[in-house]
Amino acid sequence: MSHHDVSYLEPKGSFWQTVWSWVYTIDHKKIGVMYLTAVLLAFLLGGLFALAVRAELFTPYQTIVTETGETITKGEALRFIADRWVENGSTLTVNNVYNRFFTAHGAIMVFLFIIPAVPAALGNFFLPIMLGAKDVAFPRLNLMSWYIYVFGSLLAVYSLVNGGVETGWTFYTPYSTTTNWGSTTAMLLSAFILGFSSIFTGMNFIATVHKLRVPGMGWFDMPLFVWAIYATAIIQVLATPVLGITLLMLVFERTFQIGIFDPALGGDPVLYQHFFWFYSHPAVYIMILPGFGIASELLAVHCHKKIFGYRAIAFSSIAIAAISFIVWAHHMFTAQSVALNAIFSALTFLVAIPTAIKVFNWIATMYKASISINTPMMYAMYFLFCFTIGGLTGPPLATLASDIHLHDTYFVVAHFHYVMMGGTVLAFIGGLHHWWPKMFGKMYWEPGAQLAGILVFVGFNVTFFTQFFLGTRGMPRRYATYIEELTTLHQISTIGSWILALGLFLHLFVFIHSLAAGKPAPKNPWGGLTFEWETESPPVEHNFPHEPVIVHGPYDYESVVPPHCDPAEYPVARPPAGGANGTNGTNGTNGTHHA
Amino acid sequence: MTSVTTTNGDAGANGRELEPHEAYVPGAHWRNAHDEAEAAKLGMWLFLGTEILLFSGFFCAYAVFRMWYPENWHDASRYYLSWKIGFANTCVLLLSSYTVVLAIRAAQQNKKNWILIHLLITNLCALFFLVVKIGWEYIPKIQKGELPGGLFTYYNPQGEFDHIFLSIYWISTATHGFHVLVGIFVISWAMWLAAKGHYGPKHYTSLENVGLYWHIVDIIWIFLFPLLYLV
Ligand code: HEM
Ligand SMILES: [Cu+2]
Repeated sequence: MSHHDVSYLEPKGSFWQTVWSWVYTIDHKKIGVMYLTAVLLAFLLGGLFALAVRAELFTPYQTIVTETGETITKGEALRFIADRWVENGSTLTVNNVYNRFFTAHGAIMVFLFIIPAVPAALGNFFLPIMLGAKDVAFPRLNLMSWYIYVFGSLLAVYSLVNGGVETGWTFYTPYSTTTNWGSTTAMLLSAFILGFSSIFTGMNFIATVHKLRVPGMGWFDMPLFVWAIYATAIIQVLATPVLGITLLMLVFERTFQIGIFDPALGGDPVLYQHFFWFYSHPAVYIMILPGFGIASELLAVHCHKKIFGYRAIAFSSIAIAAISFIVWAHHMFTAQSVALNAIFSALTFLVAIPTAIKVFNWIATMYKASISINTPMMYAMYFLFCFTIGGLTGPPLATLASDIHLHDTYFVVAHFHYVMMGGTVLAFIGGLHHWWPKMFGKMYWEPGAQLAGILVFVGFNVTFFTQFFLGTRGMPRRYATYIEELTTLHQISTIGSWILALGLFLHLFVFIHSLAAGKPAPKNPWGGLTFEWETESPPVEHNFPHEPVIVHGPYDYESVVPPHCDPAEYPVARPPAGGANGTNGTNGTNGTHHA
Repeated sequence: MTSVTTTNGDAGANGRELEPHEAYVPGAHWRNAHDEAEAAKLGMWLFLGTEILLFSGFFCAYAVFRMWYPENWHDASRYYLSWKIGFANTCVLLLSSYTVVLAIRAAQQNKKNWILIHLLITNLCALFFLVVKIGWEYIPKIQKGELPGGLFTYYNPQGEFDHIFLSIYWISTATHGFHVLVGIFVISWAMWLAAKGHYGPKHYTSLENVGLYWHIVDIIWIFLFPLLYLV
């Protein structure tokens, strides 16, 4: 058997040889799977911190004096941890623990999970295949990015074990330059190192898209997922170095007291915020653009219809990437001049235009389509619903008059969870189901996955929709307690987080069940037209037995699916016997798609 | 379109052992060696872009503080930094940029020894730069307490914010110096490859990329020099 027809998952000799074949692999598919495992672990870890944060907020603190004159404080869910956590000879307060937990949650979710999740896991696996390539442009660099990611993540874990960080994921000075000596520096270096991993992945993908498209594939023959990953890669390359230098200056500030962010020495803390958001605003698009890409694939494939406005979707990704570099100061409306505020407010509104273009195109794609209702499609619709809410709550924050009230409240928390979790994470879960059969060659248990999806959708909305109300009623973010009037809303939100967790664990169960006992997946379970559906499930070692030939566009359902065939049944349905082939000259590719 | 141009088409035809650069075969996932080389250069340019962005962080910080403290900035630059040392280092780096180009030219002309000689000169220049920087600037500065921010202890400050100027000076030149150090390693690596015969007219991609890296290190210095030494 030549390597042309062996699955990439095939064990290599003994157990240790197989392990070795993964650890030293330069196969983008294996690297993608390793990233997938790692980001899911990070998601789990970050999620546990989130549950702890929500548990603390289930009730506000109450200090009660009993009849015997004793004072007791109730409603501190994290108290039992604080009492056991001794630092410098005394135990921590609940506030300290709470700060460390929400920072751990945010930093892990942003730097370890959501930034690498789609590009480094699904992108690594599918970008080369969708282009008809055997690998990414620089396979060894790809492996190096992975190990840099592992190293950076371990440093983050070290920081947590070593005491954790209290600053929030944004590391604002002066708090970040004056607290938790060893662990904060470790966390900053961790984010710095993870940035390199992200930059190298981005460089690799740009070179791959430019140089490894199959002959004959023009830019507008690329699947939209590839466009999205490409736009993301541009931001990764252009914005991440600025984060790198910012974190480095912060490390210098901590170690050599360079003073440029320290007002006592003539520096300026707001300067730090400019540096930070110059990266981190574009970074929110590093997080969401890949989600857009997944949404486009899911909608086209499961609606079995040409995506509406292909070019508009592709160009709007590029437009978003470009605009994202000129809006960063909308995070500092409370810390700068009125003139700057007006400019940045106006620029921020611009982002809403290309974003809305996408949403309308997606909705138009569903119009009069023969939609298959399955887990990926349901997730595509959850994504559309939640992301739209998240997007629509952006403009109130970009409006100066309302942001003065909403800044640093739960409204902002709800906004960015609707776009990041409701957008990217829901798209990611949908994409995972969509491509799971291809990646592992196994189908998953559809009813279980749909039930899990419903739980996630309901849980997510119960958790975060409430937070819009909390925010407008003045609940500030990053506080461990609150006034009693807000108890009901907080409790609804916490209960939502349990439903959400239940749904996610059910998903995990469905995936494990699929690996252990799933039915073998056909080549093309959904009737997709992009290259990944032309190769085996799971793909062979160099992706394709023979270099694929491009005979139709990624979404040309009208010309590929035979007219008498229900598109939702394609490619499973065979044309009725007799004479069908002669009648339509354009469906010549049908024969290559038999399962 | 898909013509394959592996260079080992007639391996051993003339009866002699092929040099590694003549026998070069592109990676298995490439359609031809040309695409592979183009991709490597594209990757390098992207990387250079990230380097420029990284340093632009320092330049932004520089701009902000120079705008805030213009006079102090001017005095501090004149007082703490000697333009002569900076100028000498500038000349040395310019020379090394030239020799690295000559090394690439030598590869194109298949003159192995000249590749090595030019890379060696480049590396000596880099070493000279670091020795001057550390021996004539860093060490005396550390001894006199001309240190960044809160560590500043020099007895005769020229203004209220000397330490901020020195902060910018230290972090930007030290980061640049680190890049010079990395340069020495990658140039040595290129020398090793050259010595083993990996560079010839048809294949010298990594040498070219090392050259590009070295140019960017020079260019950054070309900006740092006037901004820090000549204000
Ligand atoms: C319609 C487009 C959007 C607009 C107009 C918008 C506007 C804003 C504004 C003005 C803020 C600052 C609020 C404050 O702190 O007072 C903000 C916060 C935030 N936005 Fe958006 N946004 C949009 C879409 C997105 C997307 C797509 C993402 C990510 C996927 C995102 C992620 C975030 C995050 C993470 C924060 C909070 C950061 C923090 O302080 O921790 N936004 N948004
Ligand atoms: Cu922003």
